[in-house]
Amino acid sequence: MSGEKKKGALGLKMDSPMERVFNGLIVENPTLVLMIGMCPTLAVTTSAINGITMGLATTFVLALSNAVIALLHKIIPDTVRIPAFIVVIASFVTVVQLLLEAYMPSLNDALGVYIPLIVVNCIIFGRAEAYASKHAVVPSFFDGIGMGLGFTCAITCIGLLREIIGSGTAFSVQILGEGTVVPGAVGKFLSMYQPVRIFVMQAGAFFVLACLIATMNRIKRNMAAKGKDTSKFGVGGCCTVNDAGKPVKVKHEKEAD
Amino acid sequence: MKTIAELLTILVTSSLINNVVLSQFLGLCPFLGVSKKTDTALGMGLALTFVITLSSAVCGLIYKFILIPLDLAYLQTIVFILIIAMLVQFVEMVLKKYMVSLYKALGVYLPLITTNCAVLGVALLNVQNDYNIVQGIVNGFATAIGFTISIVILAGIREKMYYNDVPESFKGMPIVLITAGLMAIAFTGFSGLR
Repeated sequence: MSGEKKKGALGLKMDSPMERVFNGLIVENPTLVLMIGMCPTLAVTTSAINGITMGLATTFVLALSNAVIALLHKIIPDTVRIPAFIVVIASFVTVVQLLLEAYMPSLNDALGVYIPLIVVNCIIFGRAEAYASKHAVVPSFFDGIGMGLGFTCAITCIGLLREIIGSGTAFSVQILGEGTVVPGAVGKFLSMYQPVRIFVMQAGAFFVLACLIATMNRIKRNMAAKGKDTSKFGVGGCCTVNDAGKPVKVKHEKEAD
Repeated sequence: MKTIAELLTILVTSSLINNVVLSQFLGLCPFLGVSKKTDTALGMGLALTFVITLSSAVCGLIYKFILIPLDLAYLQTIVFILIIAMLVQFVEMVLKKYMVSLYKALGVYLPLITTNCAVLGVALLNVQNDYNIVQGIVNGFATAIGFTISIVILAGIREKMYYNDVPESFKGMPIVLITAGLMAIAFTGFSGLR
């Protein structure tokens, strides 16, 4: 199954580590292009540092669970693979949770319940189902790294944007508004900025994401007008129609009982 | 009397003030995905209410009587997600066998619920907030009611919005997100109830 798929869909050269990382970062960026895993994207992007931690934690889980699933997929019977995948993913999430609790307690408090909730992040399950269960260990591992870094970059950028507009800080350094670190006349000008609090509140998350998707829609339309292939673009939200991981998952769960 | 007051506080807090979707961002996928029509939205809400209430009871019991005595509390994430997956399958089978009409109404939403982060989120929050079993069940029920309220309202707005002239790029998901953002602002008004 694996050899056949590799040649048919991508070609052997396409599964090299570099290609996988590039694919995750840009071509199939999970947040911006595929539009999956929206819950953590909205919830933890109140600041850039939260975004980066969440992103790296997800990358860790994604890379290792992809590797282990690629290793085990021939042993696991098809009918019980959903629970088996979930156990693998949940184990790595527990590892991350314990590590964060031990070494970064303040970040762990800030991210709270969203760290254990990495288990139900559609990106991880989607990649396990769509990629790792059909490919060898090394490409799967790098697919996880690429997808994870793509997710990290996207949510860090969203976090940075919300943080700058909403509280005038970037990575907790005051840039805009009162008490800015920028000296001189420029600093004086920047200190006149009034933070728009709504951007760090819950409603801001919805607005920022709405503008982001609208921008992506615009790009997609322009690409379609030039006759380029836009079939890779997602439609937003993981439970809406034809998306990477979800319909497959639902179908298999129905098969399982 | 004191416990009843506590339970009422949990009920109001979890359903309105800390609304699960609009202020905690849990269960966003069905919120955005299954909110095109009011009746399907209501079906999803009811299915979720059923599963969350049941799962917070079962997860609470297992946490208290199995994980804590065995000193295995750190395994909570793995255990909870498996319990939820099992429970959803089980509920689906029972409904299929004994309550066909209810199964027909809720059946399509059940497989979606396993991966709904609200279900696991409530189970984990119950542990994090040190709720006892009854408080946990009330919290689960209230959270699900909060979800139902917000998804039905959103579906109602989306039905009306169908005829509106939305800018080209904002068609589809973006305008729904803007609506959700405005609803989130409206729901912050409930924080005065505290």
